[in-house]
Amino acid sequence: MSAIYILWLRELKRYTRSRAQILASLGQPMLYLLVLGFGLSPVFKRAGYGDYLQFVAPGVIGMSVLFSSIFSGLGLLWDRQFGFLKETLVAPVSRLQIMVGRTLGGATVAVIQGLLVTTISVIAGFRPTHFMALPLAMGFMVAIAIVFAALGVAIGSSLQDMQGFQLIMNFLVMPIYFLSGAMFPLVGLNRVLTIVTRLDPLSYGIDGMRSMLSAHSAFDPRLDILVLAAVGSVFIVIGAYRFSKIEI
Amino acid sequence: MIRVQNLVKTFGSFTAVDDVSFDVAEGEIFAFLGPNGAGKTTTIKMLTTLLHPTSGSIQLDGLNPQGHQNEVRRKFGIVFQDPSLDGDLTAWENMEIHGVLYHVPHKVRRQRSEELLKLFELWERRKEQVKKFSGGMKRRLEIARGFLHTPKILFLDEPTLGLDPQSRNQLWTHVKRVNEAERVTVFLTTHYMDEADRVAHRIGVIDHGRLVAQGTPKEIKEQTETETLEDAFLKLTGSTIRDESAGSADQMRQFAKMWSGGRR
Repeated sequence: MSAIYILWLRELKRYTRSRAQILASLGQPMLYLLVLGFGLSPVFKRAGYGDYLQFVAPGVIGMSVLFSSIFSGLGLLWDRQFGFLKETLVAPVSRLQIMVGRTLGGATVAVIQGLLVTTISVIAGFRPTHFMALPLAMGFMVAIAIVFAALGVAIGSSLQDMQGFQLIMNFLVMPIYFLSGAMFPLVGLNRVLTIVTRLDPLSYGIDGMRSMLSAHSAFDPRLDILVLAAVGSVFIVIGAYRFSKIEI
Repeated sequence: MIRVQNLVKTFGSFTAVDDVSFDVAEGEIFAFLGPNGAGKTTTIKMLTTLLHPTSGSIQLDGLNPQGHQNEVRRKFGIVFQDPSLDGDLTAWENMEIHGVLYHVPHKVRRQRSEELLKLFELWERRKEQVKKFSGGMKRRLEIARGFLHTPKILFLDEPTLGLDPQSRNQLWTHVKRVNEAERVTVFLTTHYMDEADRVAHRIGVIDHGRLVAQGTPKEIKEQTETETLEDAFLKLTGSTIRDESAGSADQMRQFAKMWSGGRR
C-alpha cells in the first residue's frame, strides 16, 4: 500500500511543480470553450438546441480529463527515457502496485485538471442545471480519468520511445476526442458515425457528465456508468499485464 | 550467491552475451570488466530481472530471477550505469521513494538517508530539485540511494563514472565497509582497472559477449604475464576501440534534449 501511495504522491508533486505546464494545458480547453463555445452559439441556437456553451462545456471538461490522463500514462515513456522507470522496476514491489500507483496518480491529476476547466467554464458563463450535481459529474471525471490513465499505461508500456507519440496522438487521442460527441450531439447522425461514436468510451463519460450538468444527454446515465466501469476494468487489466512485461 | 551458467542473450542477430558462466561466493567482491559494448550491462540487467535471458540459467541466492522476480528483487540493490533519478523531485524525496519501495522502516529511513546524504555531501542541498544538480552530484545521490537499504547483493554498474577522486575514494571505502561489516556480496563493473585491482577479490573479463578470463587480480596478471591489471586487460581484449551503437534510449535522450531545450 505504501508503494502505491508514494507513487501516487510523486505524480501529484510533479504536477504541482510544473506550473508553466498547468497553464499551458489550459490553453486548448479555453480555445474550445471560448472560441467554439461563443462562435457556434448562434447556429446552435437557430437549430433549436439552446445555448452551445451549455452543451460544449461538459465536452471540453471531458477533453481536458482525457488528455491529461492519457498523457500521464504515456509519462511512462519519459520515465523510461530518464531512467526513473528502472528504479521502480527493480524494486521489491509487485509491478501491479507500481502500475496502480501511477494510474491513480495520473487519474488524480487529470481530475484536478478537469475541475480547473470546470471553474473556467463557470467563469465563462456555463451554468450547470444544479450545482448539487457537481459531485456526481466529478464521479464521471474520475471514471474517465481512470479509463484513460490505464489506457495510457498500456500504450506507454508497449512503446519503446517517443517516436510513436505523434502516431498515438493523431490516430488515437484526437479521434477519441472528436468521436465522443464532445462537440456535437449524438443524435441524428449517419449510420457509420452512430456506430463509431458508440464504440468510443469517452462518449459515455461525456454523456454522463452532460446528464448531470446540462440537459443534452443521449444515453441513460446508468448505461454510462456500466460502460465506463467495464471498459475501465479491461484497460486496467491490459495495462497491468503490459506493464508487468516491460523489459529495459 | 550468484551462479550463472551458459547465459546467452541475443537481440535479433546480435549476440550480446554469449555462453557466459561464473560463480560469485557470498561476501565476495566480484569485478566484471570489459570494453564498451562487451555485454556487462546486459548481464547485469538479466541478473536484476530487467531482461529475460535467451537461454542459460541464473541463480541469485538460490532463486531464479525469472520465476521468482519479487523474491529476487528483495535480495539485491543496484546503482545503475545511466541516470535513474526523478529530476522533478528533490534529493530527499528521491531517497524517500527508494526507502518506501524497498520497505525500509520510517525511522531507519530518515536516519540512514541523513547519514548517507551527509557522507556524500549532499545534505545541504537535499531540498533542491535533482534536475538542478551537476552530473557529479546526481551520481553521488544515486550511490547514496543505492546504500539506503542493506541488500544481500549489491550491483554497481560503473558507479564511479564521472566522479571526482574524493567521491570515488569515499565510495570504495563505503563499499568495503558494507562488504566487511554486513557481508554484502558486491558485483561491480568499472573501466578503472586500478579500482578493480584494489577492491575486487575476484575478476571476470568479458569481451564480445564471451568471458575471456576469470580469477583473482593476481591470477589474471600471472596468466597474462603482465605487471598491472591494465596491461592484462589490454592483452586480453586487444587495443582496438569499440563502438557502442547508440541504443534507442540514447536517441530518445537526444531527441528530448532538443525538444525540451535541455530542461531536464
